[in-house]
Amino acid sequence: MKKILIVDDSKVIRMVARKIVQELDFETLEAADGQQALDACRDEMPDAVLLDWNMPVMSGIEYLKELRLLPGGETPVVLFCTTENDIEHIHEAMAAGANEYIMKPFDSEIIQAKFSQVGLI
Amino acid sequence: MTPEDVTLFSQIVKKRSGLVVSPEKAYLLESRLLPVSRKHGLEGLEGLAAAVRVNPPEAILEDITDAMTTNETFFFRDIGPFDRFRDDVLPPILDSRAASKHLRIWCAAASTGQEPYSLAIILMEMASRLAGWRVEIIGTDISNEALNKAKEGLYSQFEVQRGLPIQTLIKNFTQEDGSWRISQNIRSMISYRKFNLLDDFSSLGRFDIVFCRNVLIYFERDDKAQILNRIRKQMPKDGRLFLGGAETVVGITDMFQGTPQLRGVYSPV
Ligand SMILES: C[S@@+](CC[C@H](N)C(=O)[O-])C[C@H]1O[C@@H](n2cnc3c(N)ncnc32)[C@H](O)[C@@H]1O
Repeated sequence: MKKILIVDDSKVIRMVARKIVQELDFETLEAADGQQALDACRDEMPDAVLLDWNMPVMSGIEYLKELRLLPGGETPVVLFCTTENDIEHIHEAMAAGANEYIMKPFDSEIIQAKFSQVGLI
Repeated sequence: MTPEDVTLFSQIVKKRSGLVVSPEKAYLLESRLLPVSRKHGLEGLEGLAAAVRVNPPEAILEDITDAMTTNETFFFRDIGPFDRFRDDVLPPILDSRAASKHLRIWCAAASTGQEPYSLAIILMEMASRLAGWRVEIIGTDISNEALNKAKEGLYSQFEVQRGLPIQTLIKNFTQEDGSWRISQNIRSMISYRKFNLLDDFSSLGRFDIVFCRNVLIYFERDDKAQILNRIRKQMPKDGRLFLGGAETVVGITDMFQGTPQLRGVYSPV
């Protein structure tokens, strides 16, 4: 079973995302900010990361840059999932090594479409 | 709504477009036709029914038909057909037209434009291969409303996310107040035109590739056969037809046959 790390400071959003990806047969891990996510990845690299942008302690973009420098950190498929929906943010995320970009609000149909675009399902 | 009114409206729609308003879909008549009634200053569905019973103005009939179309579509819908278009169907057709360097594609139920734009995006990515070619994509539909949106080329965040990988999105669209507008390059590859599939196709000319997806599903068998046979006449022997996932030529016409290994792609017999 593929592992996905859900990174969002909102418990509600993590829960919604968890339900959706579990339906798609993923095992889920959660983190409430970039630092927690980084710690989780040092412990065990997930197959994919669903990543919020604005979070306390460490933002999604800072986390992503750090992640890509970790040993094995180039492998997870990273999908930003954020309300930062302007083109500048999208460019910045892609430059930092994101694989896909989901603009909130999202629903299961969009998650599914994006997962299949990046070959996760 | 009285059963007579249901029959009346269903007959208008069927006669003008071929679309069958099945009894299970009759409930849609109410929600979709009330705005038409309002637009023409009439009193509810009774008013609309009364207006069409005596010498109805063309505009009302057109709006009734338009309102009953299902315009559901999205970018790279079902993805497979678009891969087959790019990887399997296009290469031999381009080879055999190397002398004329002319390619014509018809999206026969273009709806709000996502299908023709998906094809245009694929062709744009092959720009070097197509240098010096004249590539025409003609997008037609019976619905004015759908066509207006297609021409506008402006889509919501939801619509673009559904089918477009982010790289494709940022390469081919610009952002406008939270919506996304298709680039002028892509837009200019397509000519849109209002066209009814029940009408004569000869004015459209010949096509190498025809996308007629997710529309015949709403038609009666005879109309399907008619349309398929008339598409055949607009196509050279090596042309290709794409139908939707729930559509087929089998048991409907013998002028097309399935193409081995290529699901949803049909070849003239
Ligand atoms: C469900 S959409 C399909 C869009 C696209 N081909 C796809 O597969 O996503 C069907 C379209 O067929 C159009 N349509 C229905 N009857 C038609 C007719 N008689 N002539 C032309 N278009 C028609 C509708 O207006 C609608 O936009």
